[in-house]
Amino acid sequence: MIPAAFAYERAASVDEALGLLAERGLDAKLIAGGQSLLPLMKLRLARPERLIDIGRLDDLRGVRVLPDGRLAIGALTTYSQLVQDATAMRLALLGDALPQIADVQVRNRGTIGGAIAHADPAADVPALLLALGAEIVVTSSARGERLIAIDDFFLGPFATALEPDELLTEIRLPAPSGSYGSAYRRLAQQASGFAIAGVAVVIGQTGSASEGDPVDDVRVAVTGVGDQPYRATGVEDVLRGTKVDPATIAAAVAAICDGITVQSDIHADRTYRSAMAGVMARRALETARERLFE
Amino acid sequence: MKSCTVLAVQADGSTVRTVEDLAPDPEHLHPLQAAFVEHHGLQCGYCTPGMLMTALDLLDRVPDPTDGDIRDALHGNYCRCTGYQSIVESIQVGAAAMREPAP
Repeated sequence: MIPAAFAYERAASVDEALGLLAERGLDAKLIAGGQSLLPLMKLRLARPERLIDIGRLDDLRGVRVLPDGRLAIGALTTYSQLVQDATAMRLALLGDALPQIADVQVRNRGTIGGAIAHADPAADVPALLLALGAEIVVTSSARGERLIAIDDFFLGPFATALEPDELLTEIRLPAPSGSYGSAYRRLAQQASGFAIAGVAVVIGQTGSASEGDPVDDVRVAVTGVGDQPYRATGVEDVLRGTKVDPATIAAAVAAICDGITVQSDIHADRTYRSAMAGVMARRALETARERLFE
Repeated sequence: MKSCTVLAVQADGSTVRTVEDLAPDPEHLHPLQAAFVEHHGLQCGYCTPGMLMTALDLLDRVPDPTDGDIRDALHGNYCRCTGYQSIVESIQVGAAAMREPAP
């Protein structure tokens, strides 16, 4: 439980962090809240030669609404800060998920940017951001800022589209036009709290909505099931253009694991995990539908 | 926060408050500590500093918590003597004492 030796530097500004990354990127790890990285270092599953601490870059912390209505969440915003942010909590699936992530001590330190940069295949935040259609803002000293669509961000277990010299600075959520309902449901592994199967759902009518109208915007994202979080496009295709009634939901969720190599471990074998993914998808969709037509 | 997932160097320049700050001396326990003593909130004592500091953080935000609030707040604190029931009671009694105006 003692990490291997490492050097430590604390960046006082975003520019300084980018400079350090450009110089040391391949040997260095950025540390923000450290709630995933430090346990891995103590187990020596991670042995970075150098930590660049970005934890005090307050420019990267906080939630703001952009002039066009999009929500911009600074990468260093903690779970606790998000839970206390009324604008973010208006997104019902965030209200479902964030107060349940880990425990209060971890929520006080853990950051939303850290959660997706770490890319644990059973973490909740990747599924939430996939369902919301987030855009990830990253920057480097060599190439400046670039945007990565969340659908292109996760490349595998603990692997992302971030380059070694890049810093994740902000997460932007689209401004919905129309009526939307959303929900997150997960079966958690009791000891760790990580998802055995977690499903995030956003459904909407981009025009004016009434109970009889079909939904035309459907995003369903799954965590804990495959070796990386993914969009269940088979489920989305069945639901798009329907009224998301119980029979359609029941038919759609059969496709929740289509094309995915479902993970198997001591907590949940492949059959059980696949079945639970379907159950969580059904519950999330039923709740999202109720919220849409409330 | 958990001291095991914060490097000391990360805390450089910060104020760190630990359980040692609660009682000025052994004869004058903090009301929450006194409640733990009175209501069997500890057995082996290993988890007690974390229980006290986590409970104080909760009471700072929620002075009159429900049992559910307390259990949610203690989610990350394990007691392997499994004394949770008396820990929750101790915190309720401590919270009530802390709501009393200072004499």
